[in-house]
Amino acid sequence: MTHRPPLAAVAMLSAAALAYEVLLLRLFAIIQWHHFAYLAISVALLGIGAAGSFVTLVRSRLLAAYPHSFALAAAAFALSAVACFAGAERVPFNALEIAWNPAQFLGLAGIYLLLLLPFFCAATALCIAYSAFGPQIPQLYAADIVGAGLGSLGLLVVLFFLHPADALRVVFGLGLAAAALAAWAAAPRWGAVLALAALAGPWLLPPSAVALVVSDYKDLRQALRVKDARIIAQRSSPLGVVTAVVSPAAPLRHAPGLSLNAVAGPPPQLGLFIDGQAAGAVIRYDGGTAPLAYLGDTTSALPYRLLDRPQVLVLGAGAGGDVLQALVHGARRVDAVELDAQVVALVQQDLANFSGLPYSAPGVHLHVAEARGFVAGSDRPFDLIQVALLDSFGSSAAGLGSLNESHLYTVEALDAYLQRLAPGGLLAFTRWVSLPPRDSLRLVATATAALARRGVADAGDSLVMIRSWNTTTLLVKNGRFTAAEITAVKDFCRRRWFDLVHVPGLVAAEANVFNLLEPDDFFTGTRALLGPQREDFLRRYKFDLSPATDDRPYFFHFFKWRTLPELLQLRSRGGLPPLDWGYPVLVMALLQAAAVSLLLILLPLALASTRHAFTAAPAPLRRRVPGYFLALGLGFMAIEIPLLQRFSQFLSHPLYAVAIILAVFLVCAGLGARFSARLAPAARWPFAVIAAMAGAYALLLPPVLAHSMALAQGWKILLTLLLVAPLAFCLGMPFPLGLAAVAARAAPLVPWAWGINGFASVVATLLATLLAIHWGYAAVLLLAAALYACAAWLSPGRA
Amino acid sequence: MVDEIVSMARSFGAGTGRGAIEPRVLNVLARIPRHEFVSAQLRANAYDNRPLPIGHGQTISQPYIVAVMTDLLRVGAGDTALEIGTGSGYQAAVLAELGARVSSIEIVEPLALEAGERLRRMGYANLATKVGDGYHGWPQQGPFDVIVVTAAASHVPPPLVRQLKSGGRMVIPVGAPFQTQQLLLVQMRTDGTVTTRQVMPVIFVPLTGGHD
Repeated sequence: MTHRPPLAAVAMLSAAALAYEVLLLRLFAIIQWHHFAYLAISVALLGIGAAGSFVTLVRSRLLAAYPHSFALAAAAFALSAVACFAGAERVPFNALEIAWNPAQFLGLAGIYLLLLLPFFCAATALCIAYSAFGPQIPQLYAADIVGAGLGSLGLLVVLFFLHPADALRVVFGLGLAAAALAAWAAAPRWGAVLALAALAGPWLLPPSAVALVVSDYKDLRQALRVKDARIIAQRSSPLGVVTAVVSPAAPLRHAPGLSLNAVAGPPPQLGLFIDGQAAGAVIRYDGGTAPLAYLGDTTSALPYRLLDRPQVLVLGAGAGGDVLQALVHGARRVDAVELDAQVVALVQQDLANFSGLPYSAPGVHLHVAEARGFVAGSDRPFDLIQVALLDSFGSSAAGLGSLNESHLYTVEALDAYLQRLAPGGLLAFTRWVSLPPRDSLRLVATATAALARRGVADAGDSLVMIRSWNTTTLLVKNGRFTAAEITAVKDFCRRRWFDLVHVPGLVAAEANVFNLLEPDDFFTGTRALLGPQREDFLRRYKFDLSPATDDRPYFFHFFKWRTLPELLQLRSRGGLPPLDWGYPVLVMALLQAAAVSLLLILLPLALASTRHAFTAAPAPLRRRVPGYFLALGLGFMAIEIPLLQRFSQFLSHPLYAVAIILAVFLVCAGLGARFSARLAPAARWPFAVIAAMAGAYALLLPPVLAHSMALAQGWKILLTLLLVAPLAFCLGMPFPLGLAAVAARAAPLVPWAWGINGFASVVATLLATLLAIHWGYAAVLLLAAALYACAAWLSPGRA
Repeated sequence: MVDEIVSMARSFGAGTGRGAIEPRVLNVLARIPRHEFVSAQLRANAYDNRPLPIGHGQTISQPYIVAVMTDLLRVGAGDTALEIGTGSGYQAAVLAELGARVSSIEIVEPLALEAGERLRRMGYANLATKVGDGYHGWPQQGPFDVIVVTAAASHVPPPLVRQLKSGGRMVIPVGAPFQTQQLLLVQMRTDGTVTTRQVMPVIFVPLTGGHD
């Protein structure tokens, strides 16, 4: 056995495994899209903890075979990462059918098992290293965690250049390279073979090995079934794969909320898809506005009836439909904000002949930026801020966004938009109609809260909402709606057969005239939300409509436990209830993860061979190990997840922010781990610092970040570094401190402790999301502070 | 299958606004061999009260939904009917059995050919099918007393509204595949205005008791 820990191999393997985890989420977003895919991946990560239990059981044999055992497990990771994904995507499984056909759960279980294997292999290798090099645990942990950080960052970079399917080749090569590095010292010949495989393998993998098998029910698949339909442009970035489809035989026509009284529909369009889901359309535009007349006949055209040549800000401009709508209505100036540069490039470059370059039209100013960040940094007043309807109807109807954080629709966001409105200006939201009403009513509740923050007592005077059969448009005015405006709104609706949901002074007989609902819960709900019964209504309504906030940015989460029995009863009577799957699936994942974890943590205690080795360890140590490593696994994620969310909103870009924060977090934690080698095993101050900082951040971060939102980006990044680095540095210490103490006094417990930590991380990821949905990020951070206090008390170094 | 439809209609009856499915609709559903419309592997499930996949990313609707949709259309003998999205051809067969002269358009060619062949084999003479874009309807065969649009759409195509006779009815199921949660009933009034009604096949009242 060699005496130098395989630091480079550990870092590389850790990088490959983390890249694989993130990549799987991307790949499943493309081939499936349902929460059940997310469920499969979260369960697969239990393979990491399972490896801890496995190494505990066969520790001596694996250590005797070191470094071959490490190299073999790493190589097995590389092979299974590709093979198991290829297998998993071919398992017959249709998430949409799961409510009708319980046999689909078998398919899901098959996917679990297949995806578990690669994580199990990678974690087995890592766990062998920790078991073999007890005294060097701080260095190993530092390599592990820095590798993980580089892996997730590296993948982001790779995804700018490679399609996600081809990024699998990179993971394959990295895994083999880690195996080669580990084998080199003891068996140079094998090391050379593996190194060659690592270099050549990614190129030699046949395209069929990384081909994507996309679900039959994804919008893109459906669009391409039409005769002569074909992809004419595609771009890929970490934000998603953007695809444009032309269909000469049956041109796509996307016009949400078009009046039934419209004389004409839209001109032929190109279908736009993000990760295979419909995401609007590229409209043919030749500078003439006549073919775009239909844009005056949708509910989203309402604000243009109330404003004369407005200065417009479009948030989420996408393929440019809302920009064209503004131009058709004679907007004086249009500022279009779109986050995804690939969508813009598609419209402005690849499809320039068709799109007519809407973003280069006179008066249009394009900003590739995140909406909240742009609004915070802008000091220009707008007459109209349009928040675009970007999610597809299908995914909206199926409640597929319900676990996504959205910083666009929080009370703080609406407050910021209102602040940018000129006097008399309008803020407009168009949403799909969902029945029973959910997001439209929550927007009313959110707007009311935002107006209240701005000192508007009677929100009803500043709100207007109308609906077609499938869209609602809500207007929030900086000021009160005038009698003339109210008349104009009523006239707009009457001519287009739209219905009034709310205008100041509306009586019940004027609502629910053209698009009949029985009963009209939009009218009733809005009236209740704007009146004195608001709290009572929120409590009695069977979906959660309370406003989303930056601390709880789950705008699409409507689930109430109280409603579940009734929904299940509807199902038992043969119907499909209006259930948003996100939350129940999250709970299911958490329960499964907790059960599997518990079982595998207890397994080594139940088997005679390991039980014997365990009893040799000092009793106090044995008692402390599970609690300590559980607390650390839970606590680490309970800090990382809220900080990632908080700072990514602060830095205003989901990718760069996550990249910066992850890099700082993991590199500083790695440095902290190296530093921990100098500490006494019983050191308590890192725990105290972590608990104090987590507690302080829970209370102080929201006001500090809100206050600093308008700073220049450079200063914001510096502030992020200053706030994250010290906490992350301390967070790197407790794990190696504890594991080194265990290694010194009860080596057989090392893989067990490592596995417990692995299980806890998976459970914590799910649990932190669940708790954030209910109580917000601040509460999750406070919980983390408590967990680190517990860990200090249970420290194995003090046993 | 029909018993289940009757019992569901009874328990969710208020959603259709009519309380129960018309007996002649139920008779037609009982008469049509639904197993002819699904693949050999799914024949055993053909009469289950649930949607089934029919390949090409399409489904055959839950029988209960077919019953409610057909009931909403109030098809009379001799009516002209247009269907956008033939799918398996099951809904077209139901309309034809009720005595309507049916024109059905399907955009996915293999589906259209399979369904056309199936419906011919089953002897439906008062039924025309074609491959094509349903957006423009089928003006040569219209105007129509009833229109069914099974393909999900972001809007109701204006040409279809124009091909609806005065007093005519159009039904559009709304929702992702396997998940029809509302039926949109579009009615052309005699004065030329159009109203819609959202019919919930499964009744779910989002408010409980209290102060309404």
